[in-house]
Amino acid sequence: MTRAMRWLVPLSVVPVLALLAYGFTTNPRDIPSPLVGRPAAPFTLTGFDGGPVALAALRGKVVVLNFWASWCNPSCYDEAPVLERAWRTYRERGVVVVGVDMQDTPEAARAFIQRFGLTFVNAPDSQGKVAVEYGVYGVPETFFVARDGTIRAKHVGALTDSVIRARLEQLL
Amino acid sequence: MIAEVGAGALAVALALAVYGSAAAAVGGRTGRAALVESAQHAALGVFAIVTSCLLLLAWAFLSFDFSVRYVANNTNLGTPFYYRLTAVWGALEGSIVLWAWMLSLYTLIVVVRHRTSARDLYPWVLAVMLGVLAFFLLVMTVPAPVFQRLTPVPADGRGLNPLLEDSGMITHPVALYLGFTGFTVPFAFAIAALVTGRVGDAWITTTRRWTITAWYFLSLGLLIGGWWSYHVLGWGGYWAWDPVENAAFMPWLTGTAFLHSVMIQERRRMLRLWNLALVIMTFSLTLFGTFLTRSGVIASVHAFTQGSIGVFFLSFLGLVLVVALVLLAWRWEALGAQGELDSVVSRESAFLLNNVLLLAATFTVFFGTVFPLLSEAMRGVKVSVGAPFFNQVNVPLFLGLLFLMGIGPLIAWRRASLDNLKRNFLWPIAVGIAAAAVFRLVGVRSMIAVLSLTLTVFVASTITVDLVRATRARLRTGERLPGALGGLLLRHNRRYGGFAVHLGILVVAIGVTGSQAWSVQTETTLRRGESTALAGYRVRFDGLAASEESNHVKVTGTFTVANGHGAPAVLQPAKKFYPQEQSPIAYVDYRLGLREDVYLVLGDFARDGSQATIRLQVNRLVSWIWIGGIILTLGTLLALAPERQRAGAAVA
Repeated sequence: MTRAMRWLVPLSVVPVLALLAYGFTTNPRDIPSPLVGRPAAPFTLTGFDGGPVALAALRGKVVVLNFWASWCNPSCYDEAPVLERAWRTYRERGVVVVGVDMQDTPEAARAFIQRFGLTFVNAPDSQGKVAVEYGVYGVPETFFVARDGTIRAKHVGALTDSVIRARLEQLL
Repeated sequence: MIAEVGAGALAVALALAVYGSAAAAVGGRTGRAALVESAQHAALGVFAIVTSCLLLLAWAFLSFDFSVRYVANNTNLGTPFYYRLTAVWGALEGSIVLWAWMLSLYTLIVVVRHRTSARDLYPWVLAVMLGVLAFFLLVMTVPAPVFQRLTPVPADGRGLNPLLEDSGMITHPVALYLGFTGFTVPFAFAIAALVTGRVGDAWITTTRRWTITAWYFLSLGLLIGGWWSYHVLGWGGYWAWDPVENAAFMPWLTGTAFLHSVMIQERRRMLRLWNLALVIMTFSLTLFGTFLTRSGVIASVHAFTQGSIGVFFLSFLGLVLVVALVLLAWRWEALGAQGELDSVVSRESAFLLNNVLLLAATFTVFFGTVFPLLSEAMRGVKVSVGAPFFNQVNVPLFLGLLFLMGIGPLIAWRRASLDNLKRNFLWPIAVGIAAAAVFRLVGVRSMIAVLSLTLTVFVASTITVDLVRATRARLRTGERLPGALGGLLLRHNRRYGGFAVHLGILVVAIGVTGSQAWSVQTETTLRRGESTALAGYRVRFDGLAASEESNHVKVTGTFTVANGHGAPAVLQPAKKFYPQEQSPIAYVDYRLGLREDVYLVLGDFARDGSQATIRLQVNRLVSWIWIGGIILTLGTLLALAPERQRAGAAVA
């Protein structure tokens, strides 16, 4: 290593420190996605209850498509009751909540569903295809699909009651 | 009163630490012994003041002095005596006091032990120790003042976080902090070596015990943390790759790497630069861990409250890294290796590989921990990185480390001959293969479990081979067996202490493997009198009872657990309702066993006691993890025992 080069060693910590310092700034939760405005990719999965879960069959309804996993703690744990509440509140107005469980074991996922008493439909994405189609980076992520089948919004991180209410009122 | 006295005293301690650090540095530079002596007095003064402040804080807790805000926030009239003591470090501000106290204690021990023995390095060591101490005193004075008056004085306090009402809370933070702060000493010696240009091997030999001690306490802190998580949090596990666990695990990994790579420097005069870098990294990671826990930058179950404290820690971390690395760059030429790697098949290369794997694991854990932040900074996306990532990447690394644990201590230095390899590894490999076959035959299906257990058997055999051979050699000289074995352990205490620590790690590995591979659980709702069965156990729900405790209401379920043989046991898991908490706290009940633990958590229940939801787990081999901790402790004690009639040569 040349004389000049070795002085680069201390400089190497700068990006790490900058990244950590960035952590002090706010957390933007709502981000643009290239999928917003495009038709939602159709898929058919088998739900945990054994029935088929097909997105195409839900055309004409507002769909809240939520990607989750039982190991995603605390975000998914915070979010589950929020989703359940929204489903109970809005189901009569034509809203469907669909949970897609990814990178998970069936037992852990079932325990999660039971723990939160989730009554909306949930299906394991056992081959990870749906997650790839929707470009899911991590869990939880949620897509809001309008009645005409286009994706209108994407939310990254745990949903809150106010976020989900605002989105749904907009789409209904 | 207490608030003002305490705050004033801490300000004085801060001034003393700053003065002492400067005096020691100037004394070291100019060679004026009087200045260094004055710095020593400052160190003594800081220790005395911080000790008094700790006692003062404890007194405030014991006497329910709610005029101190920290006391009012973390205790109430119902908090039992024992937990009022542990509440002293139950939250952010108090934990920093404990930290600073340990650091001041270590500084004092450095003064006593090294005042005369390491004369060139000593002033700078003192300067660094007092400098770090000054930082913590600054934190205690500005962003996290522990002695702050609360007016008007409330009639009762808010109460301690109920999860901290546990005996583990006295040992876990104490051990962990002793480990964290302990690495300050080798770091101070490393900086002193860089500043003075005496980058030879003196600082390494001087700090060997310090490093082992710090490493041991960190290990203990991690294990007790696992135990606390297992028996208090009620999710049935002991490790979750939570950012805070990772924060403590990273310095453990680099510290482990350091413990091994110093042996190469002692023996072969290699890796000087690398060892300095490892110490700097380990110390920085302890700071990083504190930053992570206390800044709220990364979401974690352990995260303390947010505030300006994060900025302080990050600035200090930056300062430490930049200063240390600039010194390293400055001394670059002097740090060249004197020895060379002779062969790939040698102890040096086994240790090097061990370092590579440990560093890879550190990097993985670091990357996984800060990835949510990175992803947010780069793409504005907040994600959570879960256990699957950490497990998938780390399990192969850890298996590799297990394998090297068998190879490293036995393979020859420089170049291992075929004969050396045969002599040391023929039997262990044969035993390992046989064990693998047995594991498959008895129906162990998981490949990872087979591999891990096989490697464990292999490493245990290498230790046995070595011990048997060395004992035999002694027996040939006419000694009797107990004398031969005892003499061997005492005389080569460093080597056999190291083996015993390895054995402890193996036992931990068995526990981790078993619990990951074979634990089973079920969740079910039972009516009174109804039973459920799992893995040969029948659990019957006998009823619920509510009781009023000093600071909470407790609903206890009674369950009879039978497994066909032996008298049935009664388990009483409960839910505790604290007025200051929104959700109840689970109180787990369990029966520990060598083979398996029965672990019962009470979930929802009907108010009339007619039914209850339970989670029943049969966790396999978890107790081995705690037993491994005990073996590790004994091994460390043996390794630290005073060395006997040794002619300088270091034995690995």
